[in-house]
Amino acid sequence: MRLRLVKQHTTFNFFKDWKIWIGISAVLVILSIGSTVTMGLNFGIDFKGGTTIRAESTVAVDVAAYRAAIEPLGLGDISIAEVFDPSFRADQHVAQIRIQAQEGQESVASDVVLKLEAALQDVAPGITFPSVESVGPKVSGELIQSAALAVVIAIAVVLIYIWLRFEWQFAVGAVGALVHDIVLTIGVFSALQIKFDLAIIAALLTIVGYSLNDTVVVFDRVRENLRRYKQKNLSELLNQSINETLSRTAMTSVTTLLALISLFVLGGDVIRGFVFAMIWGVVVGTYSSVFRGQLNSAATRREARLV
Amino acid sequence: MLQIEGWKRVLIWATCAIGLLFALPNGFYSKVETYNDAKDAGAEAMGWPSFLPSGLVNLGLDLRGGAHLLGEVKLAEVYTTRLEGFWPEVRNVLREERSTVGAIRQQDGGEGELRVRIGNPEAMDHAMKIVRTLARPVSSLSGGLTDDIVVSSVGDNLIVTLSEAEKLATDDRTMAQSLEIIRRRVDEAGTREPTIQRQGTDRVLIQVPGLGSAQELKDLIGTPALLTFQTVVGQTSNSSGTAGIGNELVQSAENETLYYVLERAPVVTGEDLTDAQPSFDQNGQPAVNFRFNTSGARKFGQYTTDHIGEPFAIVLDNQVISAPTIQSAITGGSGIITGNFDVTESTRLSTLLRAGSLPASLEFLEERTVGPELGQDSIDAGKIACMVGFVAVLIFMAMSYGTFGIFANIALIINVGLIFGLLSMIGATLTLPGIAGIVLTIGMAVDANVLIFERIREELKTAKGPARAIELGYEKALSAIIDANITTFLTAAILFFMGAGPVKGFAITLGLGIITSVFTAIFVTRIMVVIWFEWRKPKTLEV
Repeated sequence: MRLRLVKQHTTFNFFKDWKIWIGISAVLVILSIGSTVTMGLNFGIDFKGGTTIRAESTVAVDVAAYRAAIEPLGLGDISIAEVFDPSFRADQHVAQIRIQAQEGQESVASDVVLKLEAALQDVAPGITFPSVESVGPKVSGELIQSAALAVVIAIAVVLIYIWLRFEWQFAVGAVGALVHDIVLTIGVFSALQIKFDLAIIAALLTIVGYSLNDTVVVFDRVRENLRRYKQKNLSELLNQSINETLSRTAMTSVTTLLALISLFVLGGDVIRGFVFAMIWGVVVGTYSSVFRGQLNSAATRREARLV
Repeated sequence: MLQIEGWKRVLIWATCAIGLLFALPNGFYSKVETYNDAKDAGAEAMGWPSFLPSGLVNLGLDLRGGAHLLGEVKLAEVYTTRLEGFWPEVRNVLREERSTVGAIRQQDGGEGELRVRIGNPEAMDHAMKIVRTLARPVSSLSGGLTDDIVVSSVGDNLIVTLSEAEKLATDDRTMAQSLEIIRRRVDEAGTREPTIQRQGTDRVLIQVPGLGSAQELKDLIGTPALLTFQTVVGQTSNSSGTAGIGNELVQSAENETLYYVLERAPVVTGEDLTDAQPSFDQNGQPAVNFRFNTSGARKFGQYTTDHIGEPFAIVLDNQVISAPTIQSAITGGSGIITGNFDVTESTRLSTLLRAGSLPASLEFLEERTVGPELGQDSIDAGKIACMVGFVAVLIFMAMSYGTFGIFANIALIINVGLIFGLLSMIGATLTLPGIAGIVLTIGMAVDANVLIFERIREELKTAKGPARAIELGYEKALSAIIDANITTFLTAAILFFMGAGPVKGFAITLGLGIITSVFTAIFVTRIMVVIWFEWRKPKTLEV
């Protein structure tokens, strides 16, 4: 007996309640944009400049005491957060300290870091600093630019590719869904205030790739069915194609999630945000690839036949 | 029907075997690493058979631990220095024409320009013409020849600047020189496999694995280490005092309130040094021994012969580190620098002097240090996560597709092996996001197989017999597999070209993973299915 995630033959009507699904997506997109506008993103030093220091100690982290020790140094805005991870040893206590970019300097001068380290050594003897990262405003500005550019280029390239391989209506539908996935991901990072850094851009681009992967598989089936069933109308064809590929969509999403979740739980705190973005992207991408038919049918409403 | 020609089978298995062979050394990482180190050192290498490939996946700084610096070379400083050096020539030619141009005097110019005031502003055109004769041809961007200097005037000031073509040429030279000196300094410090790269027009990326802090690295490469021997004109405690034309005021390294008035033109510079070693002076204080080359030795010998009993200053990076009195002529070409050093400082100073001075100063834009323990923790966590995710996917596939699932699983194992083989072959760097890329590949690699298997299931309902269904399944799934993977590959490629550092590592493993997973799905599982089919000849098929 085989494990079947989806029945062998399904006849869900994904178009019946299309107004509801479009409504849900629209609300989520608006919420995401609203959250990003009002709460902003918790930019990491890659994009904002500044310094992060990872401090490891054998005694419990006392955030207030750390703050009291660092504040007299007058480094401006500092944030201190304790980090938890199941893989830590019992006497391993980790804190992440972030200092804003210093006025008139590129990367933070090492004497500042040394002073800070000395101040913390007084509070927590034996504290070590396994990672110190500092990015100057000049580089972080460029990183934002190239990251935004990368996402835009990725979308454009994919749009062109799908346009060449399929019809332009497909490309519009694919990119609509893509923007939907990306906006929802950025929205979740804003709502939960998870650190948004360079790696998250990589995750966003992976979401672009993954989301398209799904779309292309559905489109490929639509193209095939268009040739086979010349008499069916488009929304019926779309629906049938989504149903036929549903089993595959579910299988691939589950294997990808299995791998990603094990990385999320066991992979350590350093890349957790990155993995979270991808997990979220896979979930959203799967949702939108199943229900993205609506976007397509909206784009092609007035066309009786596509090919 | 279901057939794969013999030569194709050989080719497919050979590709897998070669890939896995190249991945093999990574299973014995530390052993092979020791072997490679010994081989590089020219020693007799042991512990690894020499007929096997010994390429390893490089570990990125975030996994191995080390220091990463991005520095910007202040290129414009060199323009100023160049023009400064141009002044004697300008002075000489204008002096010969004193009768027409009048008295000449160097003015304080802005950054990157040489300003000369001339006595008869009416003769400016003439003066400019004379100075222009000093220009040397450089090849311009358009391929032709152009002058290396541009001469203009404002009022009674004649201004000399470098031409754009000359600036570009100077920039290239400065960068090449800076890279070379940084490389020498890092090598002197004895660290392994440093990466030193030029980025863009004026940036240098320096990555040194295994270094405990970026500070150490900065101390080593951030110091210009410009050493000069200059004539002492006098001493003062007034920091704002004027030094007089051709002189400069330089602070003492030992005493902050003490300033020396020095002649600007050095007697000898660090460029004439051939060697420098840490040592001790006659009082047992740490010091640095140095040796000049022939021309340096001659100049220094001549000077010390002429100035016995007078003090001269040893200036390092705009600080007088000592100003001894010349006791006797030093003609042997070697000497000793004493100062307020401890042993570490004297060792560092001698290292810097040996490597030579940077042509321009460096500003650091980005610095990252990762301790080796954190890197090791990341590797361990990544390994466990990979294993667990891997096993979960294997079990899930076997449960979903039975025998075919097992084929997909074998292909998946080969797939991961091939990724490591390719990474080792091209000498790519594995980073923490790169590990994430591998895990993601494990999850997504089965996609191609899933597409095929699902298709076979569908075809089984309509096609005539299992063999035809398998054939159609592969045939019809192909276009979806290709299109889906090309789009993902495009995004990985964009990420590779636009991304930096660790993110690039992610793009590499993701991109390679796409190539290997398409290969294994289309060829490797297929060959297994065909062999199985020929062996069992099933009448019915359950996928």
